[in-house]
Amino acid sequence: MNRTAQALRSWERAETILLRGALLVDPAAGLEEVQDLFLRRGRVEGIAPQIAREADLIVDLDGMVCAPGFGDLHVHLREPGDEDAETIETGTHAAAVGGFTRVACMPNTHPPIDTRGQIEFLLRRAAECGHCRVHPVAAATVARAGKQLTDMRELQGAGAIAVSDDGSPVADALIMRRLLEYARTWDMLVITHAEELSLSRGGIMNEGYWSTVLGLPGIPAASEGVAIARDVRLAELTGARLHVAHVSTREGVEVIRLAKSRGIPVTAETAPHYISLTDESLKSFDPVYRVNPPLRAEQDRQAVLEGLRDGTLDIIACDHAPHTRVAKDQELSAAPPGMIGLETAVGVTIEFLHHREGFDLSQIVRAFATRPAEISGWGGGRIRLGEDADLTILDPHAEWVVDPQSFVSMAGNCPFRDLKLRGRVRMTVCDGRITHEEGLRFCPSERLQSQLV
Amino acid sequence: MAIKHLLGLQELNAEEILTILDTARTFREVLERPIKKVPALRGVTICNAFFEPSTRTRVSFELAEKRLSADMVNFSASNSSVTKGETLRDTIQNIEAMKLDIVVVRHSSAGVPTYLAKHLAARIVNAGDGQHEHPTQALLDLYTIREKKGRIAGLKVAIVGDIAHSRVARSDIWGLTKLGAEVTVVAPRTLVPLEIERMGVKVATSLEEGIRGADVINVLRLQLERQAGGFLPSLREYRMTFGLEPGGLGPATPDVLIMHPGPINRGVEIHPDLADGPHSVILEQVTNGVAIRMAVLYLVSGGTPPEPMVEGNVLMTAHPAGR
Repeated sequence: MNRTAQALRSWERAETILLRGALLVDPAAGLEEVQDLFLRRGRVEGIAPQIAREADLIVDLDGMVCAPGFGDLHVHLREPGDEDAETIETGTHAAAVGGFTRVACMPNTHPPIDTRGQIEFLLRRAAECGHCRVHPVAAATVARAGKQLTDMRELQGAGAIAVSDDGSPVADALIMRRLLEYARTWDMLVITHAEELSLSRGGIMNEGYWSTVLGLPGIPAASEGVAIARDVRLAELTGARLHVAHVSTREGVEVIRLAKSRGIPVTAETAPHYISLTDESLKSFDPVYRVNPPLRAEQDRQAVLEGLRDGTLDIIACDHAPHTRVAKDQELSAAPPGMIGLETAVGVTIEFLHHREGFDLSQIVRAFATRPAEISGWGGGRIRLGEDADLTILDPHAEWVVDPQSFVSMAGNCPFRDLKLRGRVRMTVCDGRITHEEGLRFCPSERLQSQLV
Repeated sequence: MAIKHLLGLQELNAEEILTILDTARTFREVLERPIKKVPALRGVTICNAFFEPSTRTRVSFELAEKRLSADMVNFSASNSSVTKGETLRDTIQNIEAMKLDIVVVRHSSAGVPTYLAKHLAARIVNAGDGQHEHPTQALLDLYTIREKKGRIAGLKVAIVGDIAHSRVARSDIWGLTKLGAEVTVVAPRTLVPLEIERMGVKVATSLEEGIRGADVINVLRLQLERQAGGFLPSLREYRMTFGLEPGGLGPATPDVLIMHPGPINRGVEIHPDLADGPHSVILEQVTNGVAIRMAVLYLVSGGTPPEPMVEGNVLMTAHPAGR
């Protein structure tokens, strides 16, 4: 039996577990100090400095950070329809390896998720083979066609956590207004893919110096700014909860900052690639860098960092978008946009925000756990006594080099290949069970050891 | 100096560009002979892979290949399997399996030559990729200017027209600025791409201002579909504001060269009297294009550039790298 299997088995058999010596970071509890966690059959029974109780299993977390389980509000699992790119099994496995205990999956599958039956299918598949919790996002309009609202109340009852036509904007402003109003009736979160298609259509990369040099059709930052401006005004008009997906531009950040200062109920996310990469990457013409919204200019990256710093941008979500090797191995104009991110998100974020930009670890935990829970209402987001442990344990200093070959995701369209990062997930605990573990020290008691033999 | 591929002028330095121009000069002389053929690329197989319609550039490459005694095959999208849903990768791997030495590629998508250079063993020559680069066109422009003016450095060059959608403009800008010319692009704002100043050029939105003191005016073809795309109110308005007219050369130098990469929309971007008049070197560009393409194919196949001032000496024997 290998070391990891041994560790998992000791965890499952242990009546009591002591997680010792980690820096506990839980912004919801205002906690950032070294404390021990005592678990009984996966349930949190004690949180305190230096717990002296006997335990069947001691896990030494010296030097590690222990946070509430991370959640990603923007993931494409590709099932049903595109199971050659990713499945619920592989996508949630990638999430677990990346430190996530829950993901919201977007409805732009084939067919799209716009009926109760589709939601039930996703939840059943997730229960059968998932490595983390799956919260479906339902389509906001039937077939994501932007015309007729979906049966939102029924979808909500079936388990949809939000509605969105992600992948495409709701082009018609009146439909957007109605859907916000109707969603408000049921306190349903609306996630907007903010893109003014008449400005972006045909574009491949950000419009700016590099699109000029490379001769690639550009997507102006204004296509995002204009669309976000429309949607926050409609959120103001309707009072609905609006969440802006994948903010990539300075204009977008500025519009959201203004909206928040006016008290409009809007929240927003950005993705790891917008804090770490720019449109200059496209000079290789490598389709791995094609994504929508596109990688932007350095000034946009700086504005996104500032937005995260001052809370204009609430969360980081991967927009994990798997594509097959065949689909991505084409000329840039034919390759579909999208990049995967679940297995690199924490490393990229800790490297670029914490180590390079001086963000506190608590700011990062807030963006990955606290705020996603507050925005989505999916529960979790904090370490609570009496509940099953839901934890992300990471080593903020562990150095590693990104190798997509090693990913559990089926897809390899990762823009961070060969990048050296500091910060790596060491263990993920979901519902009291280990869903991912690498290289931690597990010390079973003699009693437990004798049971395991 | 070794040029492995010719993907664009952005990645060449001045010395490499001048080497190509010098090599072209020796081939240009070949084109004046009664028998316009040298054995320089005997045994070298070249594929002209044109995924986008082209007449002039393809004919120019074909002629260059024949004049160099290369073996040549044509592949064009209209009669290939690309239309049957085959991927570029498949198509190209099949071409590769036929053991080609050089692939001359034209494609409507920017970056395809770069993609091929990454995945194929063959040498790649870019014959135009999307709106990115058209390096052999720019090289023949440079060659023509140098022949006529004796130099490039210090000249004022105006490029007039649809800069935004022009791969010729981009390659010209890289080549001219690397060789020390002062470049002004002249167009309405809808046809000037963002931040083009960072490529080292000035922007003028008045034809009169843009060609002031110009030694060379390079007039670009105006794609007629720009009107439908909302870039221009009408061709009439374009002709009245940016069309080069016989009476409008006043601000330029008296012996200004007028160039055009073709094909010309006579009476739109340039008046026929100017296109066919004494300032025009448009047809010489075409002739020089064959010499430039001969030079490029010769150099990427591993040929040695000529010694300065000793012309024609390396060309009469079969190329050592000929396979």
